[in-house]
Amino acid sequence: MSLTLNHYLFVSGMLFSIGFAGVLLRRNIIIIFMSLELMLNAANLSLVAFSRFNVGTNGLPNYNAQVLVFFIITVAAAEVAVGLAIIVALYRARQTTHVEDINSLKF
Amino acid sequence: MSPILFWLFAILMLIAGAGVIANRNPVASALSLVVCLLFLAALFVSLDAFFIGVIEVLVYAGAVMVLFLFIIMLLDLRAEERRKINLPAWAGGTLVTLIFAGQIYGVLKRFPLGQQPFPPLNLAGQPDGKLNDVHEVGMTLFSTHNLPFQVIGVLILVATIGVVILSKRELK
Repeated sequence: MSLTLNHYLFVSGMLFSIGFAGVLLRRNIIIIFMSLELMLNAANLSLVAFSRFNVGTNGLPNYNAQVLVFFIITVAAAEVAVGLAIIVALYRARQTTHVEDINSLKF
Repeated sequence: MSPILFWLFAILMLIAGAGVIANRNPVASALSLVVCLLFLAALFVSLDAFFIGVIEVLVYAGAVMVLFLFIIMLLDLRAEERRKINLPAWAGGTLVTLIFAGQIYGVLKRFPLGQQPFPPLNLAGQPDGKLNDVHEVGMTLFSTHNLPFQVIGVLILVATIGVVILSKRELK
């Protein structure tokens, strides 16, 4: 049995589901942030799988998808920097990372 | 890549990913995420995406996760104490996740293209007959997607300035 596109898409979907469950179930804001990273990486995995599946006339994978993965990784790095700065600012104001303790819009 | 290696990496990656959301200690979660990203990079290599695999290890498992660990240690977060579980929220979250995973499975079952194996690569035009994918990604990035590449540079500049402003003590 050889590997098909669906194998990779299934693993990617399961990784996305794990990240989704983390965002919904966990109450620590840093763990929620890590779950967001898991979901971004699941999207990357399916993009790379599609890139390898879509072999062009020159016999090479479709590199547009890999450039998109490159952009996603870059934007995710910027997003992590800004998000962690917000978490640090929030922690200074409230001394907590528990989302149920952060329930007012203004402080 | 042989299916055995694929399943080995995929299952270990999913176990490490589940460890991220199952651990109560944030440091253990972050280290679990590092392991998950390393196995994900192995899957990228199995798809002949060597450049993306290397970038994943360098940027994600390296820089981003060091930033996470740095913030966790800066805030001195311990394992969170157990609180009373909000049962409706927990059950609802689990139910929505299971429905979502089932939906993905259902969509993949009805996707006939996905049941075909990966087509072989034709490496005749490559130097030494090996896949030179850094060159190919670079050519695509700097010719077809040149403008988005420069816009990304502006985005990173804006993010850097934003982080500096956010980190000031007085937000005035």
